[in-house]
Amino acid sequence: MTSSSPSKPGATADWRSSIPSKRNRYSFAFLDEGAKREIRRKMLKAVAIPGCQIPFGSREMPIARGWGTGGLQLTLSLVGSDDILKVIDQGSDDSVNAVNIKKFVHRVTGVALTTDTSEATLIQTRHRIPEESLHHDQLLVFQVPIPEPLRLVEPSEQTTRRMHAEADYSRMWLYLFEDIVRFNEITVAARYPVMVNGRHLMDPSPIPRWDLAKLHRGEALFLFCAGREKRIYAVPPHTDVEPLSFEDFAFRTEDFNGRRCSRCGSTATYLDEMTDDQTGNKTHTCSDTAFCEKLRRRAPAEDPDQPRESDR
Amino acid sequence: MGYVAVSGGAAAIENAEKFSFIRRAGGTSAVLHPEQIRDQLYLAVDRIMGEGSLYAPDLAALAFKQAAGDTFEAAFILRSYRTTLPRLGYSQALTTDIMRVTRRISAAFKDIPGGQILGPTPDYTLRLLDFDLLDESEEEMKERIDAFLRSLGTLPALPKTFPKVVEMLRREGLLVPRASVGEDVAEPIDITRQALTFPAPRSSQLQTLARGETGGLLALAYSNMRGYGSVHPVIGELRVGFLPILYHNPVNGGIEPVGEIQVTEAEVISRIPDGSGPAVFSLGYGLCFGHNETKAIAMAVLDRAISTDTPSAPSEDQEFILTHVDGIESMGFCNHYKLPHYVTFQSELDRLRTIQSGQQPSEKTPV
Repeated sequence: MTSSSPSKPGATADWRSSIPSKRNRYSFAFLDEGAKREIRRKMLKAVAIPGCQIPFGSREMPIARGWGTGGLQLTLSLVGSDDILKVIDQGSDDSVNAVNIKKFVHRVTGVALTTDTSEATLIQTRHRIPEESLHHDQLLVFQVPIPEPLRLVEPSEQTTRRMHAEADYSRMWLYLFEDIVRFNEITVAARYPVMVNGRHLMDPSPIPRWDLAKLHRGEALFLFCAGREKRIYAVPPHTDVEPLSFEDFAFRTEDFNGRRCSRCGSTATYLDEMTDDQTGNKTHTCSDTAFCEKLRRRAPAEDPDQPRESDR
Repeated sequence: MGYVAVSGGAAAIENAEKFSFIRRAGGTSAVLHPEQIRDQLYLAVDRIMGEGSLYAPDLAALAFKQAAGDTFEAAFILRSYRTTLPRLGYSQALTTDIMRVTRRISAAFKDIPGGQILGPTPDYTLRLLDFDLLDESEEEMKERIDAFLRSLGTLPALPKTFPKVVEMLRREGLLVPRASVGEDVAEPIDITRQALTFPAPRSSQLQTLARGETGGLLALAYSNMRGYGSVHPVIGELRVGFLPILYHNPVNGGIEPVGEIQVTEAEVISRIPDGSGPAVFSLGYGLCFGHNETKAIAMAVLDRAISTDTPSAPSEDQEFILTHVDGIESMGFCNHYKLPHYVTFQSELDRLRTIQSGQQPSEKTPV
């Protein structure tokens, strides 16, 4: 509004009339058609080369970088008016971030929403794979903070691209080997490196090791996108996905030591650990809240210390 | 750092100042009052207080107005004012578990004793440019707020204090104290009275980071988070709230509160494969004036990064980080290149020409 010299009054009113009306402000799914086309083409290229990171022109979104702009761009490029969308964060539909993303996608598409994994056609997730097996009609979109599995051993992008091109993953194997030699354990927790289709080393996103088996020869299409780092990659159905493992020191998932969910009683799901306000005791509940709810409706927990549903 | 006074062209300099004033105040919009800045641009005010290292919201707002929105300049003005203030004494050390919290979250656990209190944050909003703000009026704003407060009814009071998440980890032996890089000293050192030397003790380290420029701290911490370094952080706890200033009354000998300040505190937990080994977490600590979460988190990551005994990247080099995060120093030096350097440049020209003329024709370096 200010200029080098005082300007004439009234001259500033004009620009406001060019603000688009609420109705026409955004195209379907927020992104313009050119953006959607580019993202779709890059997704197809990613599917054609399983596990290989494909650079793309990542757009800024109304949520912050690091908060799911990559997953969001894929979802917005994939979503159609007949889709049923589920969004989870750390396994939960109710997490504030999942709710925020869901609200936004619905706002710019009107798409139907669900918390039921089996009902969803399109699922966007941050750092977990739903416990229920996915079928061939479903798409799972992963939010990825760091797409490069070799970042643990090499900070330079220029170098890691060459390592992938030459299928030279020796430094990652060496890193794991040195862990075993020094600590008698592989210390990598989530983001465990996996070999896809026998060719590309891939970062599965920070899902727990517990979830890696679901990527191997699955029925659904898994799509990964890092918005800030500007990379798309994919694991097509029926593709080999193998965590790096030594013949004499096998890959291991997280161990919950036989603990069960205090709400549904499951011992076969990934658990969240929480400390009780009053007693200071630790409780565990399923990370996948929707699945936990399904199990509870079928058969509530039989732990005598926990109140049953009918007692609440 | 001494700057050679620009001499000559005094009239030009005066005109530049007048021109600058016209540039700031010569538009058609209504005059900006510092209270508007303090209330409605409160995050800029908080940033300026932190970087200016002076807790004074009204003065920070005034400095921001004077600087026409340049946060480096505003923090600089505040620091300059700080120099004129006598040091009356020191407040009592305290622990932050007594904080009167307005926001308190943990990323490490889904739920924590006391609960996840989101407080006032834009974190979960959509950054869609809001054209409705063009038509905000005082009456409308007041009515909206009143209606919202009426709709709340009676709410259970928040607990007065919240336990620290990191205490839980300490009790389980999962969080261990780490060695200081520099010598441990009994009394905190004040780097504004005693210049930084290296290796710097923890108090100097934290003070330097707390006064650091937000963007600079962010870039350096970001480099570490992305892979140029070994810190893989998880936020154990982030708090925004008020701490009392407790002062020893010299007359009656009692400890009395003389006011309170708002601070942001970040405790970042990281598993680092250095001397401590991979089976323990160690803490990175960040604390700054006002509400500035980006700075507190960046500070905590850098605090941990530069405390390692095996630096693997510039962001883990204590001297590198502590020397380069002060905004007033960096901005000053960066802009000092605008000062005349023709004497030194003449000297450079002399060297270049001499070297070139002394070379054989075939050795002449192409320009």
